[in-house]
Amino acid sequence: MTSDVAARQVSPGISPREGKTVTGRAISALRKSRLATAGAILVGLFIIMAIVGPYVAPYNPSATSVYQLTSPSGLYLLGTTQSGQDVLSQLLSGAGSSLELGFLTAAFATVLSVVVGVPSGYFSGVAGESLSSLANVFLVVPALPLIIVIMAYLPNRGVLTMAVVISVTGWAWGARQLRAQTMSLRRRDDIVAARAIGEKTWRIMFVEMMPSLLPIIISGFLFTTVFAIVTEASLAFLGLTDVSSWSWGTMLYWAQNDQAFTLGAWWWYIPPGLCIALVGMGLGLINFGIDELINPRLKVQRNKQRGSAR
Amino acid sequence: MQRLRVLLRRTFFYLVTAWIALTLNFFLPRMMPGNAVESVLSRLEGSGPITPQAIHAMTLAFGLKTNQSLFQQYAGYISDIFHGNLGTSINYYPSSVGSVIAGSLPWTVVLVGLSTVIAFVIGTGLGTLAGWLKGSWLDGLVPFTTLLSGMPYFWFGLILISVFAVGLRVLPFNGGVGDGISPSFTMSFFASAAQHAVLPAATIVVSAIGGWLLGMRNMVVSVLASDYIVLAEAKGLPRRRIVAAYVARNAILPSVAGFALALGFVVAGSIVTEVVFGYPGIGDVLYIAVTSRDYPLMQGIFLIITLVVLLANLLADIVYVFLDPRTSEV
Repeated sequence: MTSDVAARQVSPGISPREGKTVTGRAISALRKSRLATAGAILVGLFIIMAIVGPYVAPYNPSATSVYQLTSPSGLYLLGTTQSGQDVLSQLLSGAGSSLELGFLTAAFATVLSVVVGVPSGYFSGVAGESLSSLANVFLVVPALPLIIVIMAYLPNRGVLTMAVVISVTGWAWGARQLRAQTMSLRRRDDIVAARAIGEKTWRIMFVEMMPSLLPIIISGFLFTTVFAIVTEASLAFLGLTDVSSWSWGTMLYWAQNDQAFTLGAWWWYIPPGLCIALVGMGLGLINFGIDELINPRLKVQRNKQRGSAR
Repeated sequence: MQRLRVLLRRTFFYLVTAWIALTLNFFLPRMMPGNAVESVLSRLEGSGPITPQAIHAMTLAFGLKTNQSLFQQYAGYISDIFHGNLGTSINYYPSSVGSVIAGSLPWTVVLVGLSTVIAFVIGTGLGTLAGWLKGSWLDGLVPFTTLLSGMPYFWFGLILISVFAVGLRVLPFNGGVGDGISPSFTMSFFASAAQHAVLPAATIVVSAIGGWLLGMRNMVVSVLASDYIVLAEAKGLPRRRIVAAYVARNAILPSVAGFALALGFVVAGSIVTEVVFGYPGIGDVLYIAVTSRDYPLMQGIFLIITLVVLLANLLADIVYVFLDPRTSEV
């Protein structure tokens, strides 16, 4: 199915005239991508872990015991911390807040990037240019130092606050991608026709163009989720979040604080970082599939020679 | 002429951005709930008695002169910045913020600069190869770069520490040079500094490589399928020459254009990496400033990091203009 789309069009990979079935086609194309499927399964497993984690955790993640710094055993599947807390229980309880923050931040940032990015590409002249400059300013100002400074001032460091702060600094890349795509869509026949018959501008931007913008919006959402989870971990590690609540980042904070690394307690510090990396990998693999959907040339076609994908 | 115009426009953009960052820096403490100095002081009280010096340093840093209007304060703040006056550090009192930053910035610029260049060269090199050999075993490894890009820099750094410094004891992991060696133009200093830089640099390179690799691979694949490459192939130009002279040069443009985003990640990653390694750069000082609630130092560092990043982006833009032949057209 995708190869005939590929044959007809390069970018955007999905034809606008297929109307409502576009999203459905995109999903079935993604399902054919083995990488995207693997990524979706990986992310799905972690979402399940985040939902059921607190209920299946064998111990209270904060409860201390006399079994201090023990390596993995039947009693403690992932060993214990310096103060005898169960690592597995912390991992299961922490998954929720890490993923929640990631998705919440990505949702905020995506809305911002659509609201700024699409009009910046659609309107020519001063309006478009100033919106585009706004995105460019946010793109070049380094995010983490700004986040650190803001977080250092804020008295409340809950998930919602963090999501707002991280999304405000992390939406610009998506906006720039959307601007480029909107600019190329603006002159397409069906969009010009819609404008000619007097369709409302907001409807053209957010309804007519949506099928062709959607892959880029989703790709930006997934990208921002990874950014947010890694940023939360960095902030937690620096002690800038509420370190009394469990997330993968605060686990690493306590591991560092209690010398897990010099004591060689690998079972304590490997799992939280690995979980973050695997979630990042899962989301990255889904993006791989989306990239192939947007630009079918990227697809590896094993039965053909290079160059024949055109 | 075209090149010059593009560069002037970009330079103007960065100047405006720098001014926005300056202004943001001025208003941030004022936008926070309550009076900045009072809320900061009340927070400081919790961690011990406040010295008059601290109050003095803070008032200076925030430019909070109660007898002045907001505009006068702002004008004074801008004038101070242009005179290189960033205020006095609380933690390193009586050192000025400027001198604390001056002592740590070179470490970061060398470490982050070198690691970024190394990661860029290896990443785009491997990316070109993977795109050229699309569908090969090398290309098959590309999806695993998402694992590298997804992991927190500092976590990878900690693993390097536990393997190479704690486990194998082959490399140092704390500080920028060995004990008792002070910065100077001597062999012993450079040897020790290089040795101490290996693990932090490896952390940044390995974590940053994935993004460059993937972007380059995808661009090479796209460019390989374009008409002028087919023509070059039809003319019988050697593959090696096609890839080096036509494909790579065109495919690298988005990587250079996307430098801003990549640099943001590297700067973020290296701040935490420096903390992990106790590396005496600006990231480590920022951490010290945050944990000791040294607000003047914190704000000065934010400002300097932003200005250095803007400068690096301008350099990337200059490189772009000379790489892209289209910008030299009339």
